[in-house]
Amino acid sequence: MTAPMDVTGSQTEATPESVLDGAGGAKAIQGRSLGQIAWMRLKRDKVALAGGLIVVVLILVAVFAPLIVGAFGQDPTQFNSDLIDSSTMAPKGGTGISAQHLFGLEPVNGRDIFSRVVYGARISLLIAFLATLLSVIIGTLLGVTAGYFGGLVDSIISKAMDVFLAFPLLVFAIALAGIVPDTAFGLAGDTLRVALLVFIIGFFNWPYVGRIIRGQTLSLREREFVDAARSLGARGPYIIFREMLPNLVAPILIYATLLIPTNVLFEAALSFLGVGVRPPTPTWGGMLSDAVRFYTMPHFMFFPGMAIFITVLAFNLFGDGLRDALDPKAR
Amino acid sequence: MVTYIIRRLIWAVVMLTIVSIITFAIFFLVPRLAGATSESLATRYVGRTASAADVKIAAEKLGFNDPLIVQYGRFAKGIVAGADYDYGPGVEHCPAPCFGYSFITRLPVWPDLMDRLPITVSLAIGAAVIWVIAGVATGVLSALRRGSFFDRAAMSVALAGVSLPIFFTGIVSLVLFSYGRPFAIFAPGGSYTPFEQNPVTWAYDLILPWVTLAFLYAAGYARLTRAGMLETMNEDYIRTARAKGLNERTVVVKHGLRGALTPILTIFGLDLGLLLGGAVLTESTYSLPGIGKYAIDAITNQDLPKVMGVVLVAAFFVVFANLVVDLLYAVVDPRVRLA
Repeated sequence: MTAPMDVTGSQTEATPESVLDGAGGAKAIQGRSLGQIAWMRLKRDKVALAGGLIVVVLILVAVFAPLIVGAFGQDPTQFNSDLIDSSTMAPKGGTGISAQHLFGLEPVNGRDIFSRVVYGARISLLIAFLATLLSVIIGTLLGVTAGYFGGLVDSIISKAMDVFLAFPLLVFAIALAGIVPDTAFGLAGDTLRVALLVFIIGFFNWPYVGRIIRGQTLSLREREFVDAARSLGARGPYIIFREMLPNLVAPILIYATLLIPTNVLFEAALSFLGVGVRPPTPTWGGMLSDAVRFYTMPHFMFFPGMAIFITVLAFNLFGDGLRDALDPKAR
Repeated sequence: MVTYIIRRLIWAVVMLTIVSIITFAIFFLVPRLAGATSESLATRYVGRTASAADVKIAAEKLGFNDPLIVQYGRFAKGIVAGADYDYGPGVEHCPAPCFGYSFITRLPVWPDLMDRLPITVSLAIGAAVIWVIAGVATGVLSALRRGSFFDRAAMSVALAGVSLPIFFTGIVSLVLFSYGRPFAIFAPGGSYTPFEQNPVTWAYDLILPWVTLAFLYAAGYARLTRAGMLETMNEDYIRTARAKGLNERTVVVKHGLRGALTPILTIFGLDLGLLLGGAVLTESTYSLPGIGKYAIDAITNQDLPKVMGVVLVAAFFVVFANLVVDLLYAVVDPRVRLA
């Protein structure tokens, strides 16, 4: 199975030989799978590896947030009024940074910024991952269906994608996230907000994935191994799931990795605008919007802002590296 | 060509209609699914102090008890032909395009939106000029000097640029250049002078949002232009152009850039369309009272007619921008209109 991992949709196809040559003439030694070749390229890309490492650390931070925060004896929602200067509302000593409060304290109520940033990673990554998963599932299923069956099915799905792309996504998302009350659909509190945000972000992003997968499927459909499968008597579902999907793993992986940072930014934007997960649950966007009023205490906006920046940057670096490794032509 | 334009125009109208139906269905159904009754919706028009009987009458007159499709029909008719609203005490005429009346201010939505539009347009167009020039120039230079110090520095900045949320860079820019420490050069957000009143103050008030917004997009465009240029400059026709003795400048600008810019045109159309429908984050960060800020206010106040108006106006810009891009493509590339 040495189909091209062509994400640009161009018609030029790399022969298996040239893919191997791209890995440094390794074919003389032994045959390597495309996955091995990609991993070799990725290993050489130090920047992408650094991005990947940060991603892993971030995921660990999100998973073990209670342990990390607990090690400092803090709670993200606990007020520390005793550490706040009651006349200026600023933390005592300007920022309140100390061994217990690594990133200092929020003005007015004195909540620990470090533990809020750590807990913020949970919401941010959870929503970004689940929303990406949703878009990828819908986008892949509909994209493959459109590309494989063509004809009327293709034009209906393609037109549907056009309509979705015409929605002013951000305005629509804010509006939708804003009108849903605090209890609905049998859910309440953070669970409802997370589910809602995952649905909104994921559901309106699928056409971006769908378009790419559709294009890929269109070119895969004409390949010999599909003809071979068909001549052996394979039917639609078998060809889609056993012949096409394995060849679509690379583009799906690349676009999923590059969609995650977009979704992190999206979630942060919604929280910043006050329609994300409700306070007091900490979110990076929500912290930034609180920090706007306290611009004389820049430590308050610095840490959540940098958290968003580093997360998005790390995913972008890793995603770019992954794309270069899986699809050297896209460079 | 004419048939192509007509076909595209019809599809644009169909698309807007579908968007309006979905938007209407969602925004009128979700509150009901969540437990709002016709009466509680009518309360927003007549006020909470009105008696239960009055509210019932108003709900009936405003048609909140009608089936959804009838309500949508009325809404669509209002946009095309205007509508008459009967509140009980008197009949009020709302001229086309009528998006209804705000729940809160009781003012018609459309004139309000049109008041806000120049601000968003000023913001979007100004930023677009900066980001296209800066982004494309950086991308071309980076591609031509691939691997150089400039290329690596520019691409690092661009990567950082696409990874920074606008509301973070926006606040930082306000803190640095506006709130008095360290440089109080620009007016704090919220001030806007109409262009026709004083073009200099207009530009001065908008420089900070322009630059911040443009930085974000310029970063993305620089990356795209660089990738596109690298691809086109390897094409055979570039070698042909060089072989026939054209000078490098002509090869790069007339042959290379033209090929690299077509995909960017598509993205530019989408980006500008989206921004014109409300630069929500920028406007909210800089407190600019444009369409985006209007949307936020409408949503905060649960003012459904305003929300509908904003979503539809924003969708209109996206569809319109797509239409313009498609038509431009058809002019540039004959294969498109023949397909």
